[in-house]
Amino acid sequence: MKRNKNVYYLYLLTIIFISLSGGGQMPIFKRYYIADIPGLGWLARFYITHYVHYICAALIIGITSYAAAGYLLSAKNKLNLTVSGYLRSALIAGLIATGILLVIRNFEGYIFSHNLIIFLDLSHLALVMLFLFTSLYCFLFKKKWTAS
Amino acid sequence: MPGNISRRSFLKGGIAACAAAASGIPVSASGADKDKQIATLLDIGKCIGCGACVEACSMVNAAKYPEPKKPFPKMYPDRAKPEDWSGKRDVNDRLTPYNWLFIQSADVTVNGEEKTITIPRRCMHCTNPPCVKLCPWGSAKQLENGISRIDPDLCLGGAKCKEVCPWEIPQRQTGTGLYLDILPAFAGNGVMYKCDRCYNRIAEGKLPACIEACPEKVQEIGPRDEIIKKAHALAKETNGYIYGENENGGTNTIYVSPVPFDVLNKAIETGKGKPHLKAVSDSMEKANNLVAAMAIAPIAGIAAAIGTFYKYSRKDNEGKTDEEK
Ligand code: SF4
Ligand code: SF4
Ligand code: SF4
Repeated sequence: MKRNKNVYYLYLLTIIFISLSGGGQMPIFKRYYIADIPGLGWLARFYITHYVHYICAALIIGITSYAAAGYLLSAKNKLNLTVSGYLRSALIAGLIATGILLVIRNFEGYIFSHNLIIFLDLSHLALVMLFLFTSLYCFLFKKKWTAS
Repeated sequence: MPGNISRRSFLKGGIAACAAAASGIPVSASGADKDKQIATLLDIGKCIGCGACVEACSMVNAAKYPEPKKPFPKMYPDRAKPEDWSGKRDVNDRLTPYNWLFIQSADVTVNGEEKTITIPRRCMHCTNPPCVKLCPWGSAKQLENGISRIDPDLCLGGAKCKEVCPWEIPQRQTGTGLYLDILPAFAGNGVMYKCDRCYNRIAEGKLPACIEACPEKVQEIGPRDEIIKKAHALAKETNGYIYGENENGGTNTIYVSPVPFDVLNKAIETGKGKPHLKAVSDSMEKANNLVAAMAIAPIAGIAAAIGTFYKYSRKDNEGKTDEEK
C-alpha cells in the first residue's frame, strides 16, 4: 500500500511537470508574466521545457506500464477499472501515442506530412485538455481509478 | 573524427528506429537520409558584395511579403509589442520580414593583406531544423528536399522559431496572418518570415533567384552529399575553411571561406537580424538522446510491477498459511 502511495505521488508530480512543460512548448508563459514568478523562469526557456517534457514523458510511460502491468497481474483479485478509470486510461494512451509520433518526428530525417504534424500537435493539445479536466473532476468528486 | 560522427549518427538512428518500431511506423517510410536533401555551396572567396542576389531575392519574393492591416489590434498584456517593418521595407543591411538575404562584411587580413570579405547571409536550412520541429502548431515545415519554410497562413507569430534558431533567423511582422482571426488581443503577434530557398521556383525546376542573379557564380546547388564533396575539394584547393556542414547537427548551406570562421565571426557585425558565424552544436541532440529513457521506461515499469506483485502475493500466501495454522 505504501509503495502504491509513493507511485501515486510520483504520478501527480509528473503530471504537474509534464503539463507545465507541455504548456511551455507554446510561447505563452513569458507573455503572461508566469515565467516572472520566482522558480518558474524555466517555463520560458524552450529547450529546458523540451528536456523536462521528455524526462516526464519517460516517467509517465514507466508509471503507466507499471500500473497497466499491475492491473493485469492482479486481475484475478477482481480489481476493475471504473468508467472514469477507463476514460483516463484512454486519454493517457492517446497522449502517449501522439507523443511518441511527435518524438519520432523530432529525429533528423523524419519528415512527416504537414497535415499529420498539425493533426498530432492539435490532438495532443486537445487530449491533454480533456485529461486535465477529467482529472480535476475526478479529484473534486473523489472518483477512483479502480473498484474492487 | 569521422568515426566519432558516424558512431553518433548510428546511435541516433538506432534510437529513432527503436522508437519507430515501438510505434509501428515503418522506418522505410521516413527516409532518414540527409544526403538526399538539396544543399547550396557558397564560395565566399568569390563574392564581390555587389548585392545583386539581395535585389533578386526581394524582386522574386515580393508577392510573399506581408501587407499588414493597420492600425494593429491592441495586444494584452502590454508586454506583447508589435513589430512593424512595413514602413522600412528598404532596410537591406540585416534580415527583416521584407529582406531575407543580406550581405555581411568583414575587414580581415589574409596573408598580410587587408581585405574585405563579403558573405551572403540567410536561413541555413538545417538538416534537422529546430524552427520546424519545435513549432507548436506545425506552421513551420520542412520539405523532403531539405527546405524549411514558414507557412504564412498558419503562423501565429509567437516567434518561438526565432528563439530556438541558433542564428535567430526568422523575423516577425505584426498585423498579418491567422492570429487576426482568432484572438488578436490575447494570442499571437503576426507572422514570421525568412528565406524559403525559393521553394516554388525549385518546384518548377528553376534556380533560387539569388543563385541565378549572381554575376560571380558564388553559389551552387545540388544533392547534399555532392555539395559536401565539392566543398571539401574547394577548401583543400584554396586552403579554405568550411562552415555549415556540422553546425547545428548539419545544415544545407555550406560556406567555404579563405579565412577561418572564428576570425570572420569577430570581424562581422552581429546582433538583431545579423547572425553570427560561431560554432553551433546540434540543438535537437540532447532531447533526442533522452528518448533512450522513454524506450527503457516500459520495461522498467513492467519489471517493477512484477516485482511488487510477487512480493505482495508471497506476503498474502504467508498470511494465509498463518491463518490456516
Ligand atoms: S537556420 Fe534557423 S530558421 Fe533556418 S532552418 Fe535552421 S533553425 Fe530554421
Ligand atoms: S533562396 Fe530565394 S528566398 Fe532564399 S535568399 Fe535566395 S532568393 Fe531569397
Ligand atoms: S550576387 Fe553574388 S557576388 Fe554579388 S553579393 Fe550576392 S553572392 Fe556576392
